[in-house]
Amino acid sequence: MAAPSLEPIHRQLGLTDAELDLVIEVLGRQPNHLELALYSVMWSEHCSYKSSRIHLRRLPTTGDRVLVGPGENAGVIDAGDGIALAIRIESHNHPSAIEPYQGAATGVGGILRDIFTMGARPIAVMDPLFFGPPTSPRQRWLLEGVVSGVSGYGNSVGVPTIGGELTFDPCYAGNPLVNVLCLGALPTERLVLGIASGTGNLAVLLGSRTGRDGIGGVSVLASAGFSADDDQSKRPSVQVGDPYEEKRLIEACLALLDEKLVVGIQDLGGAGLVCATSETAARGRVGMDVDVDAVPTRESGMEPWEIMTSESQERMLAIVTPEGLARVQELCARWEVRATVVGRVTEPAIGSDGEPLGVLRIRHGFDGPIVAEVPASSLADDAPLYERPLARPADLDARHADRPEALPEGDVAAELLQMLRDPVWVYRQYDHQLFLNTVTGPGSNAALLRLAGPGLPPSTRGFALTTDSNPRWCSLDPRAGTALTLAESIANLACVGSTPAAVVNCLNFGNPTHPEVMWQLSESIDGLAEACRAFELPVIGGNVSLYNESAGVDIDPTPVLGLLGLVEHVAARPPVRAWAAGDSVLLAQLPEVSTSLGGSRWAREVRGHSGGILASLDAPAHAELCGAVAALVANGVAGGEQLLTAVHDVSGGGLGVALIEMALASNVGLGTSLEASATSLFGEGPSRFILGTRKVAEVTAAIEAAGGRVVMLGVAGGDNVAFGDVSIALDDARRASSALLEEATV
Amino acid sequence: MTKAAVVVFPGSNCEHDAVLGLELAGATASLVWHTERDLTGFDLVVLPGGFAHGDYLRPGALAVISPVMAAVSAFAERGGPVVGICNGFQVLTEAGLLPGALQKNDHLSFNCEDATLIVANDRSSLTQGVAKGTKLSIPINHFSGSYVCDAETLMHLQNNDQIVLRYAVNPNGSLDDIAGVCNEAGNVVGLMPHPERACSSLLGSVDGLVLLRALVEASVFA
Repeated sequence: MAAPSLEPIHRQLGLTDAELDLVIEVLGRQPNHLELALYSVMWSEHCSYKSSRIHLRRLPTTGDRVLVGPGENAGVIDAGDGIALAIRIESHNHPSAIEPYQGAATGVGGILRDIFTMGARPIAVMDPLFFGPPTSPRQRWLLEGVVSGVSGYGNSVGVPTIGGELTFDPCYAGNPLVNVLCLGALPTERLVLGIASGTGNLAVLLGSRTGRDGIGGVSVLASAGFSADDDQSKRPSVQVGDPYEEKRLIEACLALLDEKLVVGIQDLGGAGLVCATSETAARGRVGMDVDVDAVPTRESGMEPWEIMTSESQERMLAIVTPEGLARVQELCARWEVRATVVGRVTEPAIGSDGEPLGVLRIRHGFDGPIVAEVPASSLADDAPLYERPLARPADLDARHADRPEALPEGDVAAELLQMLRDPVWVYRQYDHQLFLNTVTGPGSNAALLRLAGPGLPPSTRGFALTTDSNPRWCSLDPRAGTALTLAESIANLACVGSTPAAVVNCLNFGNPTHPEVMWQLSESIDGLAEACRAFELPVIGGNVSLYNESAGVDIDPTPVLGLLGLVEHVAARPPVRAWAAGDSVLLAQLPEVSTSLGGSRWAREVRGHSGGILASLDAPAHAELCGAVAALVANGVAGGEQLLTAVHDVSGGGLGVALIEMALASNVGLGTSLEASATSLFGEGPSRFILGTRKVAEVTAAIEAAGGRVVMLGVAGGDNVAFGDVSIALDDARRASSALLEEATV
Repeated sequence: MTKAAVVVFPGSNCEHDAVLGLELAGATASLVWHTERDLTGFDLVVLPGGFAHGDYLRPGALAVISPVMAAVSAFAERGGPVVGICNGFQVLTEAGLLPGALQKNDHLSFNCEDATLIVANDRSSLTQGVAKGTKLSIPINHFSGSYVCDAETLMHLQNNDQIVLRYAVNPNGSLDDIAGVCNEAGNVVGLMPHPERACSSLLGSVDGLVLLRALVEASVFA
């Protein structure tokens, strides 16, 4: 790894001197080397959330539908008809920066395990991706590697990738972001948690052999930033994925759960076996004795600390009864999945309060010598929590005062063409149809899927998913920017007729030792908490990725939100972005419209300007307007009359980009009298939808009844989109929208 | 009622979808694990899409030595309808039950999108009774779907009416725009597109049912 160092061993492993003192206090003695290795991975930023946990407590996490909230492997909601949905979002930023294919592939593999650990079959993946501008060869290498990794693993393991996001900004050039969201469905009664119980029960390791790949991935990679020469030296910390092993592991685990052979089950992800054994023991308040010699390894001579902290992929830990073991081994053999007893549940220790306490013992042989013995909860739950200093960035007031509205007008048509980008190059590499559920997939406002899958009770319900982020807004105002991002997600779901039900978040931020970064994180969490309360939505899971920096420069704050919504009855497809010639095209918005060029795509991407202030959000009015659009769409989706022929929320790029996207999707133009100015066409703000319809009066009445206002933009027709005198030919727009990615990847 | 066997190899992933499609086409369908050696009682056999045995070595290469394949060959020899979809097509060419091979797409990337197919013969178990020239909208979803064979084989396929489906717009570099072929007898068919993904207007197309219904019908007379 690093060059030979004279640093004390705990610092080489990523523990501070104060953290070492805390370990000594917990144990009442000096830790041995193995114990030190266990603490270093479990107390890493990645595993312990030590910098963010005190802030995350401010998020609302409860709701009527919530079956499992944050803290487990995935959040779970009751979707109705005896079906529950498990959802989680994760980052795999640092591994992907070093080895894009494997980094992205193992990101998918890891999150699938989080989902089937809960007893759910993974049925949908989404991948929000962030790179530097794709004009540089390195960024193209990263983009192609990451997309191939998601495609290569996801398609092969058999989970459709139904959407995502693609953002290019110079701030990600040294530290790309690769987030992955996975959703799984389960019969509600199959829900299972990662808890060990029952003295005498056995811990069975399922799946791959344990190798030397990914050792220290969480502590070396994900809990420190990048410097100039890192990407070669850190490569051995990236794991290697095998989707075929994972596919068999999924089927084997679901078969074990169906036969109720499993007392508790936990995936092996970051921090490997030590994480799985200590977390299950801590939750169950039992002892867990692990025979490190029983773990099947890929090579001989592996040290106990390597075996315990390896992040080799495609492994699960199941707690089973001794009577059930034979059947477990039989089912695993059918799926050609290795199943090895590596530990057993033992009596807990007794804490000072007289309550049982989980304890992790690592031994050579089941009754052999103990080589490490630590309180399980001290590893899993008792990492030090840091209330790191916060500081509002000193330049923020100056940036707020520097309004892009003051920039001179340019060639509006040319600028609009510059902002068009069709991500089809990305998503056509993903199987987005498997399981026959995808009603609307990638390239639409939100993904809408049937609530169905192998082994589920019958249902005619559906669910919708979207991921959204806006680092441009969040860099100017992380609190308001995060709230506006959630508002956009709700608008996306409204377009497919869905009512939002639960939020997951992946908080990608810079170096937490920079007070400005901690301020951004704290503000963003407050913004999310406020918006969730306003929209009455629970946060049921999340992930925090810190140290996203390169050469000392932090990325813009990038909270990525995943929003899951439900649809009562899916009998017909929702309208898409495409209108037909002769349709009336309406703009539905609030009486008080708030838009701004501050933090807009136009300001940042076209003019390279990052100042200004954000549009304001009226949450109750936004919720009403989105509810009205969702109700219009849902009526048709349920089999009733569909009053809308087309629908699209206005988001990044403003009205100009939204209208061109719709015209391209339908291959039919539109003449409008919108002013051809940056403010009018590229201003960004919440609570705006473009609706196509033949039933103007009825649609207008529905929007107005919800407190909204309708503006007639024009009647669809022709092969141009016109804003007053400025006209853009659809052919030019089509060429422009495919240019960036197609050229970038030839 | 027609009884369909859907063969499952470790790594198959479209088996549940194939069952749904066959049921919508009027058959009953059961999953058959790759270690089974007996297909007695089934009227037709489908090898579904996915990544049998992880596509290790080459797509389809290892599936050939799964025990079930001897039974599939015997079933085909007796004239029973056998259809390989996507990975199943790759397995059938590797097994020698169909001529030619499937190479990587000419653009060297995975491709999942709707394709327009043109029915090229009306005598195979999948197209019996479907008019030649019929256009069908059915999704493709593959990395290795570029059909290749030598010139002599291609001429043989053309002269013997063994080309079952062609692409209206070639998506992968396939020879002669071939999307599906059959054996000389017409009972064994392989195709890269996924008819089971086009069985519901809710999902965008019902054209796959045209093929799957023809298959279910064909098995009645087999």
